[in-house]
Amino acid sequence: MQTPMMLRLSLALLAICLAGDPARAFTAYVSNEKDNTISVVDLQEMKTIKSVPVGQRPRGIALTKDGQKILVCASDDDTIQVIDTGSLQITGELPSGPDPETFALSPSGDLLFISNENDNRVTVIDIADRKVVGEIPTGVEPEGVAVSPDGTTLVNTSETTNMAHFIDIARRKIVANVLVDPRPRFAMYKHDGSEVWVSSELGGTISVIDPASHKIKQKIRFAVQGLRSEAIQPIDIRFTPDDVTAFIALGPANRVAVVDAKTYAVKNYLLVGQRVWHLAFTPDAKYLLTTNGLSNDISVIDVSGPTVIKSIPVGRLPWGVVVSPK
Amino acid sequence: MSQALATRQRGFSLAQYLICLRGITWREALRFVHQRERFLSALVRPLVWLFIFAAGFRQILGVSIIPPYETYVLYEVYVTPGLIAMIQLFNGMQSSLSMVYDREMGNMRMLLVSPFPRWFLLVSKLLASTAVSILQVYAFLLIAYFWGVQAPTQGYATVLPALVLVGLMLGALGMLLSSLIKQLENFAGVMNFVIFPMFFASSALYPLWLVQQSSPVVYDTCLLNPFTYGVELIRFALYAEVDWTSLAVVGVMTAIFLAGALIAYDPARGLLARRGGG
Repeated sequence: MQTPMMLRLSLALLAICLAGDPARAFTAYVSNEKDNTISVVDLQEMKTIKSVPVGQRPRGIALTKDGQKILVCASDDDTIQVIDTGSLQITGELPSGPDPETFALSPSGDLLFISNENDNRVTVIDIADRKVVGEIPTGVEPEGVAVSPDGTTLVNTSETTNMAHFIDIARRKIVANVLVDPRPRFAMYKHDGSEVWVSSELGGTISVIDPASHKIKQKIRFAVQGLRSEAIQPIDIRFTPDDVTAFIALGPANRVAVVDAKTYAVKNYLLVGQRVWHLAFTPDAKYLLTTNGLSNDISVIDVSGPTVIKSIPVGRLPWGVVVSPK
Repeated sequence: MSQALATRQRGFSLAQYLICLRGITWREALRFVHQRERFLSALVRPLVWLFIFAAGFRQILGVSIIPPYETYVLYEVYVTPGLIAMIQLFNGMQSSLSMVYDREMGNMRMLLVSPFPRWFLLVSKLLASTAVSILQVYAFLLIAYFWGVQAPTQGYATVLPALVLVGLMLGALGMLLSSLIKQLENFAGVMNFVIFPMFFASSALYPLWLVQQSSPVVYDTCLLNPFTYGVELIRFALYAEVDWTSLAVVGVMTAIFLAGALIAYDPARGLLARRGGG
C-alpha cells in the first residue's frame, strides 16, 4: 500500500518540477551599448552564457517573426546588423539611415520602421529585400516607434517637438500630432489596439492616447517614496497579453512601476538595477526582463507576484533585450 | 523503602522532566503575557527601526547584490534579519535580567532547590525564553510582511531552526552575564556594554563590505562578534539557505556560553557561591 502512495507522490512532485521549469527555457539577447556586444542569457540557468561581438554602440534589438534572426541597431556604424540565432554569426546588414537607435517591426513581420534621430525622419525597410521602401519626415529627434496591431498606423515620438505623431503607413503620411509632456521616449499599443501609451522621460508621465480621436484620455504620474521626482523618468512600457497590467521602466528611479491598465492606478514599484531602460516579456509572459544600464545587469521579474527574483550580470551599459523561445 | 528514594535511585522519568520543562516554560510565558508593556516594547523597538530608521536609509543599498539575495533589495529588507536578531538579543538579556530579579526576590531559590539537575533547570529556562523570543519574532515578521518586507514562503519555516539556535546562544550569553551581576541596578551597565556594542558592531545594520570600506578596524570587530554570525544565520535561513560558517560559529558559541553559565550557576564551583547569591 505504501509504495504506490510514495510513487504517486514522487510522480506528482516530478510533474510539478517539470511543469515549473520549461517556462524558463528561453534565451534572452541583450544589447550592450558600451561593450559593442550582445549577451546571450540562458533563462533556465539564469546565467549569461555567451557574449557576441557586434557593431559599434548596439541599442535597439528585435527578433524577426520567425525567431530565426536578431536585428540590432549598430548606431555608430549607421547600420542594422542581422544575426542568426542558431550560429550567433552576423549574416547580413540592413540599410538604416544614419544613427539608428530604435525600431519596430510591422505585425506581419516584413517591414521595419527605424527612427533616425539626427535626420528627423522614420525610415521604412523591407526586411526580405533589404531595401529602403520609404522615408517619412516627422518631428525633431524622433525616438519611439510603435505599430498598431492591425498594421495600419505607426506612432512615432519626437523628443524635441514633444509630440506623438500618428502616421498612416500605407500613405506614409502624418495624420495627427498629439502634444505630450517633455521628451517622449517610447510608445506602445495595447494588444487590442484600444490605446497608445506614450512615456515622457522629462515630464515623468505616461500619456494614454485614444488612437481613434487622437486625444489624451489620461495621464499617469509616479511617486516613489524617498525619491526626488526628477529621478523618475519613464521609458519602456509593456502590457501583459490580456492588457490588464502594464509594466513601466522608470529609468534612474531604478524601479519598474506596475500599473493597472484599466484604472490607470499605480499598484506597486519593483526595485531593479540602476537606470532601468528597456523591458521584454518571455514568450509565455510569465517573466519580464529589464535592462539596467548603470549596474550592467538584467533583472528578472516574476509576473505572477509580481516580484523581482533575480539579477543577472551582462555586458556594460545594457540597452535593449529580446527573448526567444529556445 | 520509600517511593521517593526509589525514584531517586532510578532517576527521573522523561515525563517528569517534561513536567518540569513545562512548568518553567509556563512561568516564562505567563510572565511575558502579563507584562503587556514588555511584549509591546519588544515589538515596538524593531518596528521603530523598521518604520523610521530604515525609511531614512531606504535608498542606501541597491548598489550591490550580496548572498543570499538574488537581486537588489531595499534597506528595510536588508535590515530585517538584523532586527530579528535584535529582538532575540534583547529577549536574551531581559530573560537574564529576570534571573537577577528572581535571585533578589528569592524566587530563584525555589527553582534551584528543585530535585532536578541544575543543568536541566537552566536549559529549560533557556528554552523557555527562546520560545518567547520566537513568538516575538513571528509577530514582528507578520507586521513586516504587511509593510512589504516579504521573504520567500518557505523561508518562514526554514528560519525557525536558526531562531532556536540564535535564541539559545544569546540566552546563554545573558545567563552567563546574569551570574556576574549581583544587583538589579547593575544591569543597565550590561545593556550599554553588551547590547549596544554587539548590535552596532555587526552586520545587522550594514553589510560588512560597506563597513570594510569605511573602517577596517570596525570590520575586524564585526568579524569577531558572534552576533554577526547570528544575524547572518537568520538572514540565510530566511531565504531557505544555510550559511555554514555562521552555523558553526553560532553552534560553538552556544556551547561555550552554555558551559560558562552552567559552571557559573554550579553551587559547588560557581561564581554564585563565591558572591553569596542564589
